[in-house]
Amino acid sequence: MSDPEQDQHRAWEEGGPERLYVITSGRQVPERHSSLDMVTLIVSRNEPGPGMQPELAAIVRICGYPLSVAELSAYLHLPVSVITVLLTDLLASGHVEARASALTQSLPDVELLEAVMHGLQNL
Amino acid sequence: MDYRISEPVVGPRREDTLPASVTTAVKVVIVGGFGVGKTTLVGSVSEIRPLTTEEIMTQAGAGVDDIAGVERKNETTVAMDFGRITLSDELVLYVFGTPGQQRFWFLWNGLFEGALGAVVLIDTRRLEDSFDVMGRLEERGVPFIVAINAFPDAPTYPASELRQALDIPDGVPVIDCDARERVSSRDGLLTLMRYLHALTTTNPERR
Repeated sequence: MSDPEQDQHRAWEEGGPERLYVITSGRQVPERHSSLDMVTLIVSRNEPGPGMQPELAAIVRICGYPLSVAELSAYLHLPVSVITVLLTDLLASGHVEARASALTQSLPDVELLEAVMHGLQNL
Repeated sequence: MDYRISEPVVGPRREDTLPASVTTAVKVVIVGGFGVGKTTLVGSVSEIRPLTTEEIMTQAGAGVDDIAGVERKNETTVAMDFGRITLSDELVLYVFGTPGQQRFWFLWNGLFEGALGAVVLIDTRRLEDSFDVMGRLEERGVPFIVAINAFPDAPTYPASELRQALDIPDGVPVIDCDARERVSSRDGLLTLMRYLHALTTTNPERR
């Protein structure tokens, strides 16, 4: 959490820490142990609600088809960590759902690797 | 970037959307020094124009000690390029390029967690940049292959010589790659997958 007094002396910048602080309502960016990975796929379940915070509405609007957390970050010009905070809200309210990414602990599944190789060979 | 400020929402172009049926996403990481061709490689294999994601770099929390004495946390953002390959109706692969220099290692936390593996991209004109990267990947237990990006004016060495010079672990594939060429970059990713496949089938106890 940044010190508000110090923040007052700093310029409000697009993408700067102050703006991001406001977007996330001052909540700390979760540690990386959140269930959301950069390649977790997000899909909307319904339309954005009236009066929804613009950043939240934007996520719901562009996730009509699956988009990864990283793509959301790129399209909305917000850091992955901020997107993660916003998605935590949207997941809780049921506006979006997350499709778990195939995360590997040490070594990946043979079947998964074979599917990847097959796909690459067909490029 | 072709976004317009006047539009409140920018999103993927229709042709850049994934099929609704995609259920599984996997990722690999291309890592290498500055100017080694990471973005070129990502761009040559990606089906979408490469995208850029950014992360906040809080130096005070990143184990960087060269700002000792600075009272305020120094926050900047660092950009990372990535691309995407739809492999089937259900499966999509994301390819991230990330800088290898130590001051960017904080980016690696969210990036390598759950990644299938990595391609260490090497420029033979700046071999020394690669040592730390490979050491760090080994520490983290991230399987990787080494791809030598073929710059026209770069010196060429036999793979065996490079392996020795860079102290590349036995068994780690070393390949030549032209990051500008889609097929060559694709083959680099395939080499990584075959290597992972071999590791997985020969070391089932590591699962």
